[in-house]
Amino acid sequence: MVTADNKKESLFIGFVVRFASHPGEADEAFKSPSKAENIKQEQVKKVTDSKQLWMSGNEAIAMAAYEAGVKVASGYPGTPSTEIMENLSRYEGVYTEWAPNEKVGLEVAIGASFAGVRAFATMKHVGVNVAADPLFTASYTGVRGGLVILTADDPEMHSSQNEQDNRNYAYAAKLPMLEPSEPAEAKELLKQAFELSEKFDTPVLFRITTRVAHVKGVLSKGEMMQSEASCGIEKVPAKMVMLPGNARNRRKVVEERMALLREVAESDQFNVIENGDNKRGFITGGVSYLYVKEAFPEASVLKLGMSWPLPEQKIREFAAGVDELFIVEELDPFLEHHIKGMGIECHGKDLIPNQGELNTSIVRTSIDPDSAPELFAAAELPMRPPNMCAGCPHRGVFFNLSKMKDIFVSGDIGCYTLGFLPPLSAMDSCVCMGASVTIAHGMAKALGDEGKGKLVSVIGDSTFVHTGINGLINSVYNDSKTVLVILDNRITAMTGQQNNPTTGCNIKGEAANAINIEELCRAVGVKHVEVVNPHDIQACKKALKTALDLDEMAVVISRAPCVLLPEIKNAVHNPYLTATENCAGCMACVKLGCPAISWINITPEEAVAKGYKEKQKGFAVINEVQCNGCGQCAVLCKFEAINRKGE
Amino acid sequence: MADTGNILFSGVGGQGILLASEVTAHALLAAGYDAKKSEVHGMAQRGGSVTAQLRYGKKVYSPLIEPGRADILIAFEMMEAARYLLYLHSESKVIVNTQQIKPPSVAMGQIPYPAGVLDVITEKGVQVVTVDAFDIARDAGEVKAANVVMVGAMSAFLPMGAAVYEEIINTRIPERFREVNLKAFAAGRKITA
Repeated sequence: MVTADNKKESLFIGFVVRFASHPGEADEAFKSPSKAENIKQEQVKKVTDSKQLWMSGNEAIAMAAYEAGVKVASGYPGTPSTEIMENLSRYEGVYTEWAPNEKVGLEVAIGASFAGVRAFATMKHVGVNVAADPLFTASYTGVRGGLVILTADDPEMHSSQNEQDNRNYAYAAKLPMLEPSEPAEAKELLKQAFELSEKFDTPVLFRITTRVAHVKGVLSKGEMMQSEASCGIEKVPAKMVMLPGNARNRRKVVEERMALLREVAESDQFNVIENGDNKRGFITGGVSYLYVKEAFPEASVLKLGMSWPLPEQKIREFAAGVDELFIVEELDPFLEHHIKGMGIECHGKDLIPNQGELNTSIVRTSIDPDSAPELFAAAELPMRPPNMCAGCPHRGVFFNLSKMKDIFVSGDIGCYTLGFLPPLSAMDSCVCMGASVTIAHGMAKALGDEGKGKLVSVIGDSTFVHTGINGLINSVYNDSKTVLVILDNRITAMTGQQNNPTTGCNIKGEAANAINIEELCRAVGVKHVEVVNPHDIQACKKALKTALDLDEMAVVISRAPCVLLPEIKNAVHNPYLTATENCAGCMACVKLGCPAISWINITPEEAVAKGYKEKQKGFAVINEVQCNGCGQCAVLCKFEAINRKGE
Repeated sequence: MADTGNILFSGVGGQGILLASEVTAHALLAAGYDAKKSEVHGMAQRGGSVTAQLRYGKKVYSPLIEPGRADILIAFEMMEAARYLLYLHSESKVIVNTQQIKPPSVAMGQIPYPAGVLDVITEKGVQVVTVDAFDIARDAGEVKAANVVMVGAMSAFLPMGAAVYEEIINTRIPERFREVNLKAFAAGRKITA
């Protein structure tokens, strides 16, 4: 546990010092504006001038990588990991890049490590699945320059398709794993990860979760570190060439290394016992530690900053010193299984949920059910799910797909997965990155003639480069007769506007070589490649129909920029407006599901008063501020009720 | 509950909740508190319900507010105030922007926007302050400053004077937006101070 340093303590002046000695009075001050004048202007100055930083876990990790002397970093965007590489790219002297996928990113980092510099690979939890191949063998090769692989897990699946617990990778790949609880600790721990990597000749896994990545906290700048390795070509075939003969030797080295790391785990460097009331003892790590500290502030705690390997001796001592032992961990019973495997009796998933995020309240009431407070019952309200933006180009494609009733749409991972939601409801499967084109191919082979003209896959530009290209190659090679729609909105949008190999810019926004998607498709053997503007609903419909009618693998590229791209967002939009007097209440525009369009219900009397037919149930209105002027709705209106402003 | 203050920010993606929570966090840090703030990024930001959770005190451990323990709920949209009833206690202060943003089911005419949506809060005896932040911000010169109007209205329930926030706005917000934000903050604070 990293505690507040001296600089920070010096900031707890006046008001807060008093708060410490008289909690009741301070409690009053939280609510009472009359105490406001206790905080003086000069105190404010002191903070703004101080070296204290307020950073998210991801920002702190980027700074730590810089301070650790990382020279090469590669990653693929994925919530909740994305901001690490974005921030790291702004530091001088660190080469950063967006890789097309996590396997490539990790291999780039391994290469940099082999060349003797500190290297860093970042990815979200499911990205480690993609990078698992190099990961497991990098465990055998070891490193030259320190190598850290960051996995950002997403318990509760805020922005993910599963909530796998990547601590299991540390066990499976026989690698040490460090796991911080909060931003300040993440910063210190990451720097130590690089030292550990070089000292023990091992890649180090570094696991964070959403509530570390996207939590902001107070921390301070640190000292710059230097790698022990020297940059240059060094041939070490026994270590770097993993032929069976060499690999068998390295296999033994892996075991020796893990034995040494178990000794590190027994020390107080990462795993610390906080002695308290010994009636209950808690073994915990990651963000769960914070919940334990709040729920049971008096209890004894063994905090594991190193999740693997485990300090068996320390755990035994701790367990022997407490009356009742609780293992508090999010997701899998990872610690619990290993601790029970040591023959130690403990509570774990018999009490604590094995799904979703934990919080203080869950931890407290799981262990002391009677402590549950009385709460106001949640109100029943209409849901507010996320939606594609007003003017989103993807909407034109999904609107057309939603009109084709017999087709099966295999989707992929990105903003466009929202095409699943009503009213468009035009996605029938979504499994993982790149799984659109391959699932369509598999279905085609299973269905035979029955699937003809019915199988469409949709994938974004960045996801296509990630793992869609090899699927498309398979479809061409093995003679698929399906349609792949590539939704090219010129950016990796879902994760917040990152460049990718098709956008013509690198991670810093500098000009870069751009992959031409249509030429690439033709090069792998697709004969029918058509580019269409998705805002042109009719042209889009025609392109999809033409492709579906062909008896061959066909690609339709839907190309229009994301409305959140700064150049689009900040441009002057010429919005569309509704001439409500012309609205016939057909709802054609409303069925687009555009957030700028809303429907107003009216009574028969109101209909007559407005000059409509009595049976007209309502009319549509466009919110001028929200409208981005894409014009998809105007094309659908047969009553000239939607027109560009001023026309 | 006594040793940590909990502020829950709620609203719809794109309403400037992150900036509002940042200004508040910096004001608390300037006053010498420890603080932690939890945000959700990614898919939820596309027009969905969003929250930011800000906790402060001498030493803050958990980044998440427990149900029933939000001391302040600052909601940027009416329905998004009612949605977090579970987090309130009888002494909570609720500051609500009177703006209504229709969720998809309402925009499509399938169901009406719930009438008297704040009643579920007031009938529990919880204090609710409504703020026409959009109009106030427009009068201050920029509708986008509605979030800072809301921070102003909330600030009277926190232990820092206006000077602390003004200092934050002066040091953390680009110069060309400062004046409008200072005006927006003052107009918001006037409502509750």
